[in-house]
Amino acid sequence: MLRKTLLATAAVLAFASAAAAQDKLKACFVYVGPIGDGGWTFQHDQGRLDVEKAFGDKVETAYQENVPEGADAERVLTQMALSGCKIIFTTSFGYMDATNAVAAKFPDIMFEHATGYKRDSANVSTYNARFYEGRAVTGTIAGRMTKSNKIGYIGSFPIPEVIQGINASFIHAKKVNPDVTMSVVWAYTWFDPAKEADAAKALIEQGVDVILQHTDSTAPLAEAAKTPGVIGFGQASDMAEYKPSPRVSAIIDNWGPYYVERVGALLDGTYAQKDTWAGIGGGEVLIGEITDAVPAEVKAEAEALATSIGDGSYHPFTGPLNKQDGSVWLADGEVADDGTLAGLNFYVEGIEGEIPQ
Amino acid sequence: MIRLEKRPTPSKFWQIATPIVAVVLTMIAGGIMFAILGKNPVEAIRTIFWDPLFNPDFAAYSRPQLLVKAGPLILIAVGLSLGFRAGIWNIGAEGQYIMGAIFGAGAGLAFYPLEAWYIFPLMVIAGAFGGWLWAMIPALLKTHFNTNEILVSLLMVYIAQNILASMSLGLLRNPEGSGFPGSRNLSQYPAASNPELIAGTGMHWGVVAAFVAVIAAYILLQRHILGFQIKLAGQAPRAARFHGVSPTALVLLCMGISGALAGLAGLFEVSGPAGQISIDFNVGYGFTAIIVAFLGRLNPVGILLAGLLMALTYIGGELAQFMLGLPSAAIQAFQGMLLFFLLAVDLLTNYRFRLFTGVK
Amino acid sequence: MDFGSINPFVLVASLMVASVPIILAAIGELVVEKAGVLNLGVEGMMIMGAICGFVTAVETSNPYLGFVGGAAGGAALSLIFAFLTQSLLANQVATGLALTLFGLGLSSLIGQSYVGIKPPLTPEVPFGPLADIPGLGVVLFQHDWVVYFSILLIAAVAWVLKKARLGLILRAVGENHEAAHALGYKVQRIRLLAILFGGAMAGMGGAYISLVRVPQWTDGITAGAGWIALAIVVFASWKPWRVLVGAYLFGGITVLQLNLQAAGSSIPVEYLSMSPYLITIVVLVIMSSGKGRALNAPAALGQNFHASR
Repeated sequence: MLRKTLLATAAVLAFASAAAAQDKLKACFVYVGPIGDGGWTFQHDQGRLDVEKAFGDKVETAYQENVPEGADAERVLTQMALSGCKIIFTTSFGYMDATNAVAAKFPDIMFEHATGYKRDSANVSTYNARFYEGRAVTGTIAGRMTKSNKIGYIGSFPIPEVIQGINASFIHAKKVNPDVTMSVVWAYTWFDPAKEADAAKALIEQGVDVILQHTDSTAPLAEAAKTPGVIGFGQASDMAEYKPSPRVSAIIDNWGPYYVERVGALLDGTYAQKDTWAGIGGGEVLIGEITDAVPAEVKAEAEALATSIGDGSYHPFTGPLNKQDGSVWLADGEVADDGTLAGLNFYVEGIEGEIPQ
Repeated sequence: MIRLEKRPTPSKFWQIATPIVAVVLTMIAGGIMFAILGKNPVEAIRTIFWDPLFNPDFAAYSRPQLLVKAGPLILIAVGLSLGFRAGIWNIGAEGQYIMGAIFGAGAGLAFYPLEAWYIFPLMVIAGAFGGWLWAMIPALLKTHFNTNEILVSLLMVYIAQNILASMSLGLLRNPEGSGFPGSRNLSQYPAASNPELIAGTGMHWGVVAAFVAVIAAYILLQRHILGFQIKLAGQAPRAARFHGVSPTALVLLCMGISGALAGLAGLFEVSGPAGQISIDFNVGYGFTAIIVAFLGRLNPVGILLAGLLMALTYIGGELAQFMLGLPSAAIQAFQGMLLFFLLAVDLLTNYRFRLFTGVK
Repeated sequence: MDFGSINPFVLVASLMVASVPIILAAIGELVVEKAGVLNLGVEGMMIMGAICGFVTAVETSNPYLGFVGGAAGGAALSLIFAFLTQSLLANQVATGLALTLFGLGLSSLIGQSYVGIKPPLTPEVPFGPLADIPGLGVVLFQHDWVVYFSILLIAAVAWVLKKARLGLILRAVGENHEAAHALGYKVQRIRLLAILFGGAMAGMGGAYISLVRVPQWTDGITAGAGWIALAIVVFASWKPWRVLVGAYLFGGITVLQLNLQAAGSSIPVEYLSMSPYLITIVVLVIMSSGKGRALNAPAALGQNFHASR
């Protein structure tokens, strides 16, 4: 008798919890790397945790790490859709075609693709962050701080986002220090900490005393720490463990506000397809604390720049700007349009070297 | 005292029973690991092994995906197994896979946007050629300069990866992709695409090629003089030479076949499931295929089964990750365990335990 | 092309540091292969060493203990390989690959709470005024102890293999295990010890990456160094000093290509980026051609041994 009741209770409980699970909105995330990368994927996962924090019992999140782009992504997305995810965030450019293909099959599920431009069906939105806005700020600090007038940039692959960063850094370093030159080293890998360290060392050896990096590991900062007077910036995450120097500031990817906004919109029924490209103003790009290793007036200048970018009164790509070959890109006062920026594939005047093609 | 004794012939019973024993042992050891990670072990094991095949929500989709995932593994592993049997160590199939994809996709994209029946066959030939060419480098260096093919084929993988990056950023970049890396998507170019042949089955030309390769290799090894020569060269190189087997020809042949098959796998993948050339196009099939080849005991039918089992752990592992929140690292470790157990219990096929009681 | 702004002394000093993980792992694997065992799991053992070394160093705040921890981690993982291949006679190639898969997974599980931590610093060996000698000081006297250890280790292994009885036994086991067994040597036990040594050295090499080279823990931190170590052993045709040559060649070109980029060289990046692999192959071809039997591989490499009597 007792046993029967217990079983019945268990059944009711099981049913209840299943029902509760169905009431929850399931938000799913696909990551290209491991959460333990301390960079790109780590920051996206922080955004996922923000969603959990913001909505508590109303949402349930799930994620999958290390999903290769291409065929595997398409399968993972389909399986997520079948498992009851209502909104799926795909957090790497390479998921673009897979996202659109799967979205076409599941019109009731919302797809959010990071850093892409294809929105083939109504349920696909895209979002990106204007990291170049942060680069403008760190470029300013770099231009002011360099004593050798040589700054270095460690790039991953020559894709538009990285080229935006190189140009924005250089333009703003040059603006405050006309003598500045920039060396670019391409690591030709997304992830190889040891190689990043070697790249930083090679730059330092060439007399570079400010290192900007577009790769996610702290290896370049650790390398900078070995040589007095060399500084760098945190990338993707704050990298606070290298404060106050060599890490004098950081560009932090902050996806939380966007994720909370989109999941919230889906919860209260105001969700609509859109293309978001927010930056400092939208809170997606944060400038990490500028440490005391930077003189107060430089810090104030950098913060003022960040503020003016944030409130929209200044655009980092404002003319007059020439392309590397000397031809005019932007006339005086002209502002770069998003289309050109999204596909940026040339250096501005003054940067040496060629973009690998 | 317990001793190992070699069986006169491999045990038929244990040949079939060992994989089952291994899977059961893996479930136990893996279950313990999942429990330590704070997950329900029964649920985790069920998600990995059962849900892809029988869960009503997924199975209809996941089951065909087994073929999609296993296809390239099997195709590459069959080719590698011939060389491994002959003592020729091509461990650079990953590079040959990449080059097959680049050549194949390049051949197709050269015709864009022409729609003609001959484009896809040309791509198939180009893909096989790309892989073959990449395998010929270590092969010719071995036959002419006596360099070690393990080293050269492995280093050629890294060179292929650099070429892949350069292709996605340069020559093969989609001119309508607004500056982003990666080629046009071949699945949106009908003459060059490799779609599912029958909707909902997962069968594409690559899977068909894998099955054909399994059958061909089986016949070759069982019936053909060449198969005999390959086996002989591996087991008794000197005897093989007496039988007129030319080591040079064998190296060129085995490396060539494995390279061409790996290239084909790359071509079918880029024109089908993956769709495009991109910087991160390759996902390690060439290396996993080495494991598959040995798990299948270098036997074509064994490779077929081993490829399907590996595919199951990939797909089940994916399900377990997002259904139960298991980190992908746990799945990797779990796959490692499965391989360990499969390799360990294989002992029972060829050996038996004997209890000795002092007198001998 | 502008070589002028690249300081050759600093370049040599950086390649010496850059090559340490590969040297350690490769010399360990060389001993393993000399004993007739092919362990393709170097990458897995390295990354286990990287995390175990990192955890030990962080928890004890002692960078020296970190290397001990790294060696222990690598050796522990290699024990699985030893048990499978030596006791259960499993296929070595497949077991080694499985070991890498397992090691990558396990290291990431262990490392989950160690992301974003700075490990204790491994200091330079103080050579006093020697370090200030122009040129030579940078190359010879401004390194941490592991750099010197890696070179001494090569010397030690070279000496043991050539001169010591232990080396003779090891080679006998690797060349012809039947004969070694007939002479009364415990083939499996000797191979077990060789495998453990290989694991420990790979682990130390991994720890060097997470404690000195980067220094940080992130998933997959070894990024393929284990594979390069395997290639270097073959490149060296199983001769210890050639491991040093191979690792310095490879490490040197890697460092040089980045320096060339930083110095504004006009060589396209993709060619620079593939140059370490390409040049290693070319040098190997030059070294192996024109010789009758250049391969020099241990005769019993990759074959398991079972005493039938």
